[in-house]
Amino acid sequence: MSEPAITPELVQKHNLTPEEYEKLKATLGREPSYTELGIFSVMWSEHCSYKNTRPLLKTFPTKSPRILVGAGEENAGIIDIGDGLAIAFKIESHNHPSAVEPFQGAATGVGGIIRDIFTMGARPICSVNSLRFGPITEDAKRANSTGANELSPIANNRRLFGGVVAGIAHYGNCFGIPTVAGEVYFDKSYEGNPLVNAFCLGVLRHEQIARGQACGIGNPVFYVGPATGRDGLAGAAFASQDLTEESAEKQRGAVQVGDPFMEKLVCEACLELLATGAVAGIQDMGAAGLTCSTCETAARAGTGIEIELDKVPQRAPDMSSYEIMLSESQERMLIIVHKGREEEVKRIFDKWDLPWSEIGVVTDTGHMVVKHHGKIVADIPARKIADESPVYQREAKEPAYLKEVRAFNLSGVPDTQDPMADLKALLGWPTIASKNWVYRQYDHMVRDNTVVCPGSDAAVLRIKEDCLPAVSATQHATHTTPEKLIALSVDGNGAYVYLDPYEGGKIVVAEAARNLACSGAAPLGVTDNLNYANPHNPELFWQLKESVRGLADACRAFNAPVTGGNCSLYNQHPAGPIDPTPTVAMVGMIDKPEHITTQWFKDEGDAIILLGEVVDASDPLFGLGGSAYLQRIHGLKNGTPPRCDLEKEKELHLALRALIYSGVVKSAHDCSEGGLAVTLAESCISQQIARETPRLIGAQIDLTEEAVPPSPPLEERAGERRPVPNLDAAVHGDSPTADRAAALRLDALLFGEAQGRVIISVAAVDAVKVLAQAKILGISATRIGTVGGEGLQIKTPGATLSGDVTELHDLWWNSIARAMR
Amino acid sequence: MNFAVLQFPGSNCDQDVVHVLRNVLGHSARLLWHKDSSLGEADAVIVPGGFSYGDYLRTGAIARFSPVMDAVQRFAADGGLVLGICNGFQILCEAGLLPGALIRNRSLQFRCEHTFLKTATADSSFTSRIPPDKLLRVPIAHGEGCYFADEETLARLKANHQILWRYVTAQGEPTEAANPNGSLDNIAGICNEQRNVAGLMPHPERASELILGCADGRLVFESMIHALVGKPVALAT
Repeated sequence: MSEPAITPELVQKHNLTPEEYEKLKATLGREPSYTELGIFSVMWSEHCSYKNTRPLLKTFPTKSPRILVGAGEENAGIIDIGDGLAIAFKIESHNHPSAVEPFQGAATGVGGIIRDIFTMGARPICSVNSLRFGPITEDAKRANSTGANELSPIANNRRLFGGVVAGIAHYGNCFGIPTVAGEVYFDKSYEGNPLVNAFCLGVLRHEQIARGQACGIGNPVFYVGPATGRDGLAGAAFASQDLTEESAEKQRGAVQVGDPFMEKLVCEACLELLATGAVAGIQDMGAAGLTCSTCETAARAGTGIEIELDKVPQRAPDMSSYEIMLSESQERMLIIVHKGREEEVKRIFDKWDLPWSEIGVVTDTGHMVVKHHGKIVADIPARKIADESPVYQREAKEPAYLKEVRAFNLSGVPDTQDPMADLKALLGWPTIASKNWVYRQYDHMVRDNTVVCPGSDAAVLRIKEDCLPAVSATQHATHTTPEKLIALSVDGNGAYVYLDPYEGGKIVVAEAARNLACSGAAPLGVTDNLNYANPHNPELFWQLKESVRGLADACRAFNAPVTGGNCSLYNQHPAGPIDPTPTVAMVGMIDKPEHITTQWFKDEGDAIILLGEVVDASDPLFGLGGSAYLQRIHGLKNGTPPRCDLEKEKELHLALRALIYSGVVKSAHDCSEGGLAVTLAESCISQQIARETPRLIGAQIDLTEEAVPPSPPLEERAGERRPVPNLDAAVHGDSPTADRAAALRLDALLFGEAQGRVIISVAAVDAVKVLAQAKILGISATRIGTVGGEGLQIKTPGATLSGDVTELHDLWWNSIARAMR
Repeated sequence: MNFAVLQFPGSNCDQDVVHVLRNVLGHSARLLWHKDSSLGEADAVIVPGGFSYGDYLRTGAIARFSPVMDAVQRFAADGGLVLGICNGFQILCEAGLLPGALIRNRSLQFRCEHTFLKTATADSSFTSRIPPDKLLRVPIAHGEGCYFADEETLARLKANHQILWRYVTAQGEPTEAANPNGSLDNIAGICNEQRNVAGLMPHPERASELILGCADGRLVFESMIHALVGKPVALAT
C-alpha cells in the first residue's frame, strides 16, 4: 500500500499550520511519514493538546490537601474522602459528534468519560450531564425572531435534543450507571451546535489508584476490547474545527459508534485484572485512540513503547497503519502488564469473552515506534509529541457588543403587567421547566445508592462497600468501610457569561456551590468543561480568558480546587458563535445522613425564610440583566448580569450549612433563573412521590415589607397597601444610591436574579431562632411567609399573585414533554 | 437462607440484590456466573435486572441459553423459588418459565420512576407477607416492560390468580395514567401456575431501605424468606 506524499495541502487538511509543520519536522529531525502526520495532527489538536488554553488553565487553583491525583497528571483527578477512600471524577465534551449524529455522539461521550474513570482503577458509580440546545418552543417574543421559517430550526433542535437524551440513556442505562443529575438550557446560540458535556464519578481505595504509565522496560503491552474499525477516524481533530453546513454529511464518519454492553464487560474485566496486581499501567483509547494512549503512557513514564499493528485486532479488511493509529473505535484499552504475569490477563479476558492481544513492549528508547507489515511506519519521541505541543498565547480583545450591554437599562422595558401570567410563562419555559422528560429516560437509581434523585438542587449519593472495586483474593479488606455521602451539581449559565464573562464565570461556580450547600454539602472539588467558540477571534478569546479568571477566583473562594476538565473550542455554526459556556460540575461531601436537605417545602405551617437580600439595590438592573424574565417575557438577552460577591456568597453557604447542621432546616432551594417567584413556586411543586403523583403544597408569601414579623397572621395586614414605590428612579437606574423602595420594580422583586439567595423553610417554632442565628452568622435573613394554604399566593406592594399549584405544576412538569410530542 | 443471584454478562442489578439480601436482610447471597452449570447450595434463585448480553437481539433472548439457565429450569421444576426482576422477568418469560412476553414500552422511551403497586393476592411465596391493602411504592427502570399475552393466557392468569402485582394510582386504582408502560391489565408482576416462579418489572431491591426513600420492596423478599423458613416445618408436620 503506498502512502500519499506529504504536500502543504495535505498538511493543511490535517489542521496543522505551516509553523506547526516546521516544529513537527524539527521534532522528528526529518520529514514525517503519512502515518506520523496523522499522529501529530491529532496529538496537537486542541482536544488533545490544549494548545490554545494551556496558559489559562494554569491559573486554576489545583491544590488541596485532599488531592491525591491532580489536574493534568492522569486521565482524571482523584480526591481523598477519608477512611482510605477516594473519588475520581471528570467532565468531558462530545459537542461536535453530537451535532452530527446526536444519538451516537452523546452515547460515546458517556462511554468515553466512564472509561476515563475506570482507567484510574475506580468503579464508576454515577453519571451527570450538562446539555445545551437551540430553542424547542416558539416563544411569544423570541429574540431575533424572523417569523415563518423559524419552524424548521426548532424541529431540528428537538431532533438533536431527543437524540442526545436517548443516546445518553442508552449508554448509561445499559452500562448500569445511574445518571443522577444534570442541566439543560435552550438558547438560540446553540442552534446547530449543541453542547453535550458528560461527567462520571468513580470510587476507589487509595491503594487502588492505577496509572496511565508505560512502566517497566520489557513489560508487554496488551490491547484489550473489541477490534479496531474505521469508525471515528480522527475524531479529536474533527472536534477541533468549526462546524459547517457540510459537517453533518462529511464528518459523520468521524463519529464513533458505542457499545455499552461491551464497555460494561471491559470495565468489569479491567477492575478484576487490576485487583490481581498484574497491571503496571493502564489507559483507555479515547480521543486519538491507539496514538494517544501509547504516546501518553510512554511520555508519563519516561519510557518508549513499540507496537506491531499486525497484532491489533481489526474488524475491517486492509486497514492502513494511518487508519489503525487514528481510529477511535470505542471500548478499547491499553494495558501494560508486569512481565511474567501475562497469563492473568488472558485468563480474565477469556472469562469475560473479550478479545485481547499482546501488541508490543515497553522500551528504553523514549520513542513510540509503530511497525506494520514488517516496516517502521512511525518513530516519534513520545515525550516531545505528548508534552511539547505548540502553545499559543492568543490575542484577546474586549468584544464590541459589551459596550451596548453595559449601556442597557430598563427604561425601555415596561414593568410586568400580569405577574402571574409571567410566572406561568417562566415555569413553562423549557430552560426553567422540570427536566423530568429527560431524567425519567435515565436509570437514575441502579446500584442502589441514589439518596436524592434528580429534581432537587443537587443529587445525593451514598458510597457503600460494594461501590468499591474488588480487592484481590489474597488481600482482605481489613476493616469495614464506613458509608459516605456525596452531593453533585453541574451548572453553567451561558447568557451571564456572554454578557459579562468575568462575573458570569464566578456565578457558574457560585451557583454550583450554592446548590451543594442547599443539599447540606461542603465542596470537595470541581471539574470544568470550557465550551467556547473559535480562539483565533480575539473577541471570542477574550470571553474565554475573562471567564476563566472568574471561574478561578470563585474556585479559590469556595476552596474547590479544579481536578481536571476539558476544553471544547470551535463551537460555532455559520449563524455565529455559541454563548461562552463554561460548565462546572462540583462534588461535595455531606457528613451525616440527617444533614441531607431537599428543595421542596415539607409541612403546612412551616416558616419560609429568605437568606440573602430581597433585592440587590446596588445593581442598577436589580438582578434583571441577563435574566430568564428578560429573555422569555421581553425577548431580550441583554444587560449586565447580577453581581456575584464571593465573600458574601461564601458566608451564605457557611451559614446555610451551619443552620442545616443544627437540624432546623426542612428545605433549602437556591434562587437562580426566574428569581424569587420561580424559586418559591418550585418549592411548592417539585416533590414527586411516584408516577403521576406530585406532592403539591401551597405557600402564603408577603413581600410588602422588608421584614415580615414572624407572628401576625397575614389577614391582619391584608387591607394595608403601602405606597407604590418610586418607579421612575428605578426605571432610569440613574440613582446609584437607589434605596430599597425605589428598587421595588415588581418584575425585579419577583423575577430578579440577584445572587447569593436561598429560600429555606423551618418549623414555625424555630423561625425566631433561625432569624437570630442568621444575624449572628452575619447574613441577611427575612421571614417572607408560611407554607400551606390555598395555592401559591405572593403579596407585593403593587399586586397580589395567586396561583393554583396544580396548574403551576402542570406547566412546569409537562412543558418539555408537550414540546417533544 | 442461601440465595443464588445469577450474573450474566451485562447484569447490572446483581450487586444491588446481593446487598439487600445480605446487608439489609441478613441472609446469605452469592453471585452465580452464567457459565456455571450447577446452582450449588441454594434455597432460592434471583434473576436480577440489567441488560444481559446487551439485550441486542431481544431482551432476555440470549440469556435463556446460558448453561446456568438449565440448572434454574431443573430447580424450578423441583419446586424451588425463582424470582426474576426486570431483565430477570424478561429472561424467565423467554425461558418459558413464565407465560407471556415483555415488549417495548408504549411511550417508546425508557422509564425510570416510582410506581405504586397493588398486590392482587397474598397466596404466593412472593406476596404472603404483604398486608392486604398496602400499596407498595417501588421504582421501575426499563424500556421494555409492557406485559403482553394472548387472550387465552391472560384469562388463565386471571382464573388461576397468577397476577401478583398491578400498577395503580396513589388511591389504588389500576388506571391508564398509573400504567407506566402499557402493560395489559396494568400487570407489573406474575407467577407461574405452580406459584414457585415469579417475575416483576419493578425493582424491590431499590426500595428496601429508608435512606433510599422507601422500604416497601423488602416485603417481597421477606415473603420469600418466610416461605423458605416455613418449608421444613411444613414437611415435619
